[in-house]
Amino acid sequence: MKKEELQQLARQVRKDVLWEIFSAQSGHPGGSLSAADLGTVLFFDEMDITKENAQGQKRDRLVFSKGHAAPLLYALLCEKGLLEKDDLTTFRRINTRLQGHPNMNYIDGVDMSTGSLGQGISAAVGMALANRLDGNTHRIYALLGDGECQEGEVWEALMSAAHYQFDNLCVIIDHNGLQIDGKVDDVMKVDSLYDKAIAFGCHALQINGHDMDAIKTAFAQARQIQGKPTVIIADTIKGKGVSFMENEAGWHGKAPNATQFEQAIKDLGGDAQW
Amino acid sequence: MVKKATREAYGEALAQLVKQNPDIVVLDADLAGSTKTSEAKKVCPQRHFDMGIAESNMMGVAAGLAASGKIPFASSFAMFAAGRAYEQIRNAIGYPHLNVKICATHAGLSVGEDGATHQCNEDLALMRTIPGMCVLQPCDAQQTTQMIKAIARMDGPCYVRLSRMAVDAVYDENMPFTIGKGNVLQKGEKIAIVASGIMVQEALQAAKQLPFVPTIVDMHTIKPIDKALLCSLAKDHQLIVTAEEHSIIGGLGSAVAEVLAQQPHACALRMVGVFDVYGESGTPQDVLHKYGIDAKTIVNTILTQPFQ
Repeated sequence: MKKEELQQLARQVRKDVLWEIFSAQSGHPGGSLSAADLGTVLFFDEMDITKENAQGQKRDRLVFSKGHAAPLLYALLCEKGLLEKDDLTTFRRINTRLQGHPNMNYIDGVDMSTGSLGQGISAAVGMALANRLDGNTHRIYALLGDGECQEGEVWEALMSAAHYQFDNLCVIIDHNGLQIDGKVDDVMKVDSLYDKAIAFGCHALQINGHDMDAIKTAFAQARQIQGKPTVIIADTIKGKGVSFMENEAGWHGKAPNATQFEQAIKDLGGDAQW
Repeated sequence: MVKKATREAYGEALAQLVKQNPDIVVLDADLAGSTKTSEAKKVCPQRHFDMGIAESNMMGVAAGLAASGKIPFASSFAMFAAGRAYEQIRNAIGYPHLNVKICATHAGLSVGEDGATHQCNEDLALMRTIPGMCVLQPCDAQQTTQMIKAIARMDGPCYVRLSRMAVDAVYDENMPFTIGKGNVLQKGEKIAIVASGIMVQEALQAAKQLPFVPTIVDMHTIKPIDKALLCSLAKDHQLIVTAEEHSIIGGLGSAVAEVLAQQPHACALRMVGVFDVYGESGTPQDVLHKYGIDAKTIVNTILTQPFQ
């Protein structure tokens, strides 16, 4: 898909994200917005998921290891036709399929139930193993946060993926530099993620996570790598696209009020379509 | 009769199953020789994966395998499977109700010499709290074989509690085994001993030392517990004594208490188990004796009751 089309889609995805969180008056905008371009390229350019093949494993799969970015996953599924626009307003409400963190049994296209950080990447390793055993050549993607990399399980998972040479696995780290308590560098430094990924036996790339072409190129390169998993460290801006949310740790898990929501939609082009 | 540990029977049963069912994938965490998944590795090395000393990741990988239609068997010691990886089991396996079989060995005090850090007396309590988790504990080799076959057939997450120590056989090859149905080993009067795991043998020993014939039940399924059987025992007996190689907090005794407290027939309950303490090093026999996990304690518990 062309860069401009992807950018247009990503703007709509960001609006959907804000609509969900504004409707629920609860949720995580910062990390959903930072990974929106990555998610858009995954769903509309890289992965072969469609409405028709959403059930089952005969397609590429994506584990949202940073499960708190559920609004982003739901927005992507909505733009892909796997959720209705009306579903988005049920986010985080009682009896909803759109749980605060994703539940794989409620929605086709949600490949793993996640939310507890560090766990999704292990499940992605298990999926990569299953695909190898089955001779299934579809790829497995895992989206992580950089704060999430403070969890020891992330490194256990990378160690095992490299040990078993899962080149069908691509790990994307949304490197926005912020977590709930502040800057990742201040709370608990995880960098250099690039050097660590290399040291753990993975192929590593560091890219601008808002540059559609760079993201596409990174995925294309990852497909060519043999004998090891690829880790893409995507430098991003938390809250990307919304002026007052950008680079503010305070918007990790806070909903905008009506005025803020209006401003946010304006920042994104002001042509919200619900 | 030759004694055999339930972990040995697990290894043999798994080796058979892994050959028959191509969906089965075996995971271990650097303990294959001890958990006996090494038996499965011998016959099917291409579907046995050592995940290293990283139990949390192993459980997550098992979840990913199950989410892909595989039937993963994940093994480690009970302490590190149920204990260290509790949250992975709860959130990555239990919550999505994935078809993962957690077969944990070296449970309880009978680990012996390794001491308190390795003697897990809390795993039943931990696993029992996870919604939808089936929790099982065999008492001998024959039952283990049946149980492992049964869990491979059923869909959903299971936790099987296995032991290091060799034990006497309770059953022959014709034993009945149904998940969720306790086995009445002998029918008696006044008192019913409800035991699980290695305490089934101890309950049978204890019965020989009592001045009357007690009912003895092997409660191999801790969850879902056999409520119907427990209610009928409560109706026909004055006292139920539970016997387990596990903390009395949260294990078989607690599971029985939860049922008895909510049924109409008055029946007293006493528990034999580990009384909220850590174990210590020693031979399995010495440790079990010191902490009262034996026939003698069952007998004393019964004979000192005012219900005689």
